[in-house]
Amino acid sequence: MEKNKRLSLPYLIWMAIFIAAPLLIVVYFSFTDQAGHFTLSNITAMGDYTGVFATSLLLAAVATVICLVLAFPLGFYLSRLQVSTQHMMLMLVMLPMWMNFLLRTYAWMSLLEKNGLINRFLGLFGIGPFDMINTSGAVVLGMVYNYLPYMILPLYTAMVKIDQSVIEAAQDLGASMFQVLSRVLVPLSMPGIATGITMVFVPSVSTFIISRMLGGGDTLLVGDLIEMQFLGNSYNYNLGSAMSLVLMVIVLLCMSLTNTSGEDGIEGVM
Amino acid sequence: MNEIISLKDIVVDYDGEPVLTGLSLDIHDKEFVTFLGPSGCGKTTTLRVIAGFEQPKSGNVFFNGKDITALPPYKRQMNTVFQKYALFPHLNVFENVAFGLRLKKLPEKEIKSRVLEMLEVVGLKGYERRNISRMSGGQQQRVAIARGLANHPKVLLLDEPLGALDLKLRKEMQLELKRLQQAMDITFIYVTHDQEEALTMSDTVVVMNQGDIQQIGSPEDIYNEPQNAFVADFIGESNIIDGVMLKDFQVGFAGNEFTCVDSGFEKNESVQVVVRPEDIQVVPAIRGQLTGIVKDVIFKGVHFEMHVEQAGYEWIIHSTQASQPGELIGMNIGPDEIHIMHRMEG
Repeated sequence: MEKNKRLSLPYLIWMAIFIAAPLLIVVYFSFTDQAGHFTLSNITAMGDYTGVFATSLLLAAVATVICLVLAFPLGFYLSRLQVSTQHMMLMLVMLPMWMNFLLRTYAWMSLLEKNGLINRFLGLFGIGPFDMINTSGAVVLGMVYNYLPYMILPLYTAMVKIDQSVIEAAQDLGASMFQVLSRVLVPLSMPGIATGITMVFVPSVSTFIISRMLGGGDTLLVGDLIEMQFLGNSYNYNLGSAMSLVLMVIVLLCMSLTNTSGEDGIEGVM
Repeated sequence: MNEIISLKDIVVDYDGEPVLTGLSLDIHDKEFVTFLGPSGCGKTTTLRVIAGFEQPKSGNVFFNGKDITALPPYKRQMNTVFQKYALFPHLNVFENVAFGLRLKKLPEKEIKSRVLEMLEVVGLKGYERRNISRMSGGQQQRVAIARGLANHPKVLLLDEPLGALDLKLRKEMQLELKRLQQAMDITFIYVTHDQEEALTMSDTVVVMNQGDIQQIGSPEDIYNEPQNAFVADFIGESNIIDGVMLKDFQVGFAGNEFTCVDSGFEKNESVQVVVRPEDIQVVPAIRGQLTGIVKDVIFKGVHFEMHVEQAGYEWIIHSTQASQPGELIGMNIGPDEIHIMHRMEG
């Protein structure tokens, strides 16, 4: 025992320096002004940004739901394939993740632009051009595109454990396709669903690159706001810290809601 | 007796590989029918065609005279007990058994009484709240049976349900399944590769090989009157030897002539003769119809198994008395113990 404790020491030090300490610093900045005096004004100032928080949560929630709806049938399809085919298809799912995040988002910019590929293609048939870039739709698209694999993988991992005969047993006992889905597939995929929601919702709610590049200036998200406090014109890291803290609390609340049913799901993607 | 299920010319292929080759079969109501055969003979596929999990490439399935070939499994009045139980891991024992009843939207009171009744029938009273993962293989099997029966199906399909149980438990469950079938008064269709299991439980045994039926009959028929060498060999142990039907009630094999009880063959027709190992009488060499040298003797518990060489053929004999290896013994076979089969084509 004593030896094991000593082995974990480097990690404990690492955690103290790079996880616990920064958190404490964030908390400290949140409750002080620039002169270092205690104040609640940073937190109360959040009231001015309710709209931004609401937009962020809404867009992230919409993206998460779309990811879930897209990933559920795909995950199920993957889990029913022959094992050798499964591995190849999983590679294809993960392939975009190996490409630089910025590059992928840039690619969408050039696709969605007024003179972008999609509008030019539609133009051939006399349709459009449409305003696609700089809309909240484009932001949601960016989120779905970038985070979809993080939904597919945990769902697939949960579903691959569902024996085909369990599905047949449900049909045999009188369950229609929809009843098999609602009474067997969804309950048995719950760990994967919970993990997937967390893995998509959390990065979506705090993203700033996607909204900046695909949302233009119109769709301001919490992530952009926080970035502005540290790197932008309205330099105010006390306010930035308070925003981070509030966002973290909101995310923790959301996660505790989904994770009550999926404690063992997180292993799926690790 | 009326037919509850009829299969007509069922053909099933897996990737061009024939699994069932034009199988036709009638199953009578309230019978315990067993599909018996080696693995890969198509018995499980036949069951899956009946349940609706497998669509035949051609052919029809009839239920009470109605064509149900295109009917999906959830609309068929049958339930299945799966080989690996296939219980719902997210539900407890009660909810597993209640699954089909809840789908039928029965009143809560009736669901409860039916589930408790079924659990009592399979001997799991008091286990309602138990988690599936905390039950033994035998208990899980009982839950699966209760779940299948709770829907009050007309036919219960069982796909090697006892395969994973140990020998003692398997014997117990065999008798219990037979009792259940009689108590519920419905048709059971049972799939197994274990011939002893088939003989113990069945009213009718369907012996299958290579995607087609070899013989249908009562356990006694199958054992005593096998129609071909495959059945004779698969059901119990047999001495199968080539012979010639000299005339009615007279057959020649192993270099001697024997009186038998079979007739109706052509004169000098080439036939196969089946003699069960326990039906050969060991006598002193001078009094034997056949004589042979004992090659080895194996103690089997109830009897000794002896391998005896006679004119190039190795006879298997089951006897309660052991001879010595190397001993010359006589073998007598009575008329009733000789079973004559037409030669199989090819």
